[in-house]
Amino acid sequence: MIDRRFFIRGLGVAACSAAAHPFLSTVTLAQSDGAAPLGDHRLIVIILRGAMDGLDAVQPVGDALFAAARPTLGTGAGMIDLDGYFGLHPALGGLKPLWDAGALGFVHATSTPYRDKRSHFDGQDLLEAGTGTDMAPGAARDGWLNRMLQVVPGMRAETAYALGRDAQPMLEGVAPARLWTPDLTLDLSAQSQLLLEHIYHDDDLFREAASEAMALAAQGVPEGDAEPGVNVRLRDLDTLVDFATGRLAQETRIAAFSLSGWDTHRGQGRAIAQSFAGLQRVILRLQAGLGADVWGRTSVLAMTEFGRTVRENGSNGTDHGTAGVMLAAGGAVRGGRVMGAWPGLAEADLYDRRDLMPTSDVRAWAAWAMAGMYGFDRGVLEGAVFPGLQMGDDPGLIL
Amino acid sequence: MTPTLAAIRFGYGLPVGPDAPGDAGTLLALLAGPDTAVDLWPSITMAEVAPVWLVAATARRAARQSEAAKRDFRKALRAVQDQTFLAMRANIARALGSPDTMRERLVRFWADHFTTEAINRHEGALPAVMAEDAIRPHVTGRFADMLRAVTLHPAMLLYLDQVRSVGPGSTVGLRRDLGLNENLAREVMELHTLGVGGSYRQDDVRQAAELLTGLTANAKDGFFFDPDMAEPGPETVLGITYDGVALAPVHALLDDLAVHPETARHLARKLAVHFVSDAPDEGMIAAMAEAYLAADGQLMPLYRAMLSHPAAWAPDAQKARQPYDFIVAALRALGMTPEAAMGMNRKRVAGMVLGSLRAMGQDWGRPGGPDGWEEAAEAWINPQGMAARITWAMTQPAELGALPDPRAMVGRVLAERASERLIWAVNAAEDQRDGVGLILASPEFNRR
Repeated sequence: MIDRRFFIRGLGVAACSAAAHPFLSTVTLAQSDGAAPLGDHRLIVIILRGAMDGLDAVQPVGDALFAAARPTLGTGAGMIDLDGYFGLHPALGGLKPLWDAGALGFVHATSTPYRDKRSHFDGQDLLEAGTGTDMAPGAARDGWLNRMLQVVPGMRAETAYALGRDAQPMLEGVAPARLWTPDLTLDLSAQSQLLLEHIYHDDDLFREAASEAMALAAQGVPEGDAEPGVNVRLRDLDTLVDFATGRLAQETRIAAFSLSGWDTHRGQGRAIAQSFAGLQRVILRLQAGLGADVWGRTSVLAMTEFGRTVRENGSNGTDHGTAGVMLAAGGAVRGGRVMGAWPGLAEADLYDRRDLMPTSDVRAWAAWAMAGMYGFDRGVLEGAVFPGLQMGDDPGLIL
Repeated sequence: MTPTLAAIRFGYGLPVGPDAPGDAGTLLALLAGPDTAVDLWPSITMAEVAPVWLVAATARRAARQSEAAKRDFRKALRAVQDQTFLAMRANIARALGSPDTMRERLVRFWADHFTTEAINRHEGALPAVMAEDAIRPHVTGRFADMLRAVTLHPAMLLYLDQVRSVGPGSTVGLRRDLGLNENLAREVMELHTLGVGGSYRQDDVRQAAELLTGLTANAKDGFFFDPDMAEPGPETVLGITYDGVALAPVHALLDDLAVHPETARHLARKLAVHFVSDAPDEGMIAAMAEAYLAADGQLMPLYRAMLSHPAAWAPDAQKARQPYDFIVAALRALGMTPEAAMGMNRKRVAGMVLGSLRAMGQDWGRPGGPDGWEEAAEAWINPQGMAARITWAMTQPAELGALPDPRAMVGRVLAERASERLIWAVNAAEDQRDGVGLILASPEFNRR
């Protein structure tokens, strides 16, 4: 049998320090403690990798300049009116009932502090680190979700899950979190397992990875009730969401994963519709899987590294921009509205005369969600979780 | 110690033949000599790929018309896949058969530096043929020549959307109201040359994008310059104004970027991270960048500065072998000959190599972005990656035939790097299969 200690690890950075890991023993003890350290609220963070075009998701059709900037991308008649000014992309139309019920909202013209270079890789680093521009991208050793866990006493690994094949740097750090990937299999005899443990004993990186692999393999993959005709990518997403809802219904309070497919430099119309369909499917399946009670105490935040250019480019797509959209869904969210100050689309109102101007820091919205759900002090959020952030006034994101 | 490190850190591991390099001097001497592997184990070249690409592109357009046309398209795609499989066999055969394994590692390094993916299946052979035609001939030459060859290659022009970028003031741009696509211009500066920390600004990206208009490619003609797509007039990038017609200003920009001091540091760091350590010695990087600039962008002095630095020979194996390197090193350890590699059937390439790479997290040809594969050991040695490596180590060797005696194999494959723990475990294994599996799954084998 696998030693329980091996289940628990700080993702990533623990590699060189696990032997002297300050949390290992305390957390192992905390497992027998029945109280949930974070209370009942669930926070699910989805990173939309590749820079989602917020102006296509939530279209400012009330702005007369929008149609001119997007001659081929506008969805015209198919667009779903939200509030008379903004319209929802038709491929997200399945979410309209959530909007109507007040369980879906959007923050427009928001961004991380990242500016100018418009590199996906640096943009994602900063988004996941949750730091400001005073720190070089990639220099942060932990992510903001992990730092939130670090300030909660009695945290255990089961509280937070990073899901999927990609790394989830948001959850990396010294606080314990678990990792789950959809297609891990490992079939070993007891004797080979013992010998493998023996040869990995002195190498922290290999010991932890292999021990967790053996533990995860023992845990198995949930039986998916795959719908016929659903493509592999969506089936994969379903498996991941089903695993997440299963855990969130129990002890888990935090889940993080990512969706890619947003870097729509060309033929955006078709490409983004597929990505929206995936995002919509994930949200609806989370709602269904969690059930009314848990969904009522859940916030799903979907955020991206930056937005895209206001004007379409030469190939019916958009290039890297600045401000974009954050999606907030769940019964804990005060939705039914497009939040954030709208900067306008006149050339003088744009960032660098090409991108939507950021009017808020996306970290502030995440911070207010944490404050609203878990009661964190502003000082903790502006100091430990998002160092240097100014949260501003409470936007009332959480009910 | 040094010969073992030369083989595992700069090559594909042990055992090696008597003609293998054992130190910096012999590694460099082989690199300075001719590329002998290229003809001994031939891969695919554009001359072979172009007609297959054209047939597949044509069949793709016709495929909607009838069931018969659809079958033709599938057949054409199979021919494309045959070419990618042949390229994979040749990669492995060269890595197993050539004593000059550092050259093979360098080809993979630069192919990753200039990552491309085939967006459509009928373009599937383009990334491999770019490595063969645009990268391989230049790995010991001048970086600017590689940069030119890659930037003008159909694989790159298609992958980073350059074929869709039209000068807004060009004939085509004005007639059809089309415009720029910044993708290639940005990545040339961010990934291929200066690095993301470089001193370029958005205006430089824009100007470079205008300058690159006209570079295009299709299945019928391969690469060509289309003057009707090119933005007229001069462009200014990083303070230098480029003017002229056709390819001259493109070549001039790429040549300048190639020898920019920021490019030197970016390339030096990437090379050091790939070969030596995830956190390489800063003094080694500085020495490498300096040697590169002093030699006006020649790559051999860059390699020489790395291999001459003591940090390159630090006994600690800090890097994890990427899955491809793991599989090639395992095949070498199991005694596969280059002839056997060239003779692998489709099932073996698809399963033992490509399917296994996917399971280990390295879905060949699909790194997921133009920044290529991850370097950090943690990116590969994670639960899923380890599960797949252990599974490969325990199951695949037996597929190749008679298993070696693990007690002799451990010394042959790891020499003095085998730990007491590993030697004990290999001797305690209940059968040969587990013993061989333990060697290949061990930290010693997976680090370099």
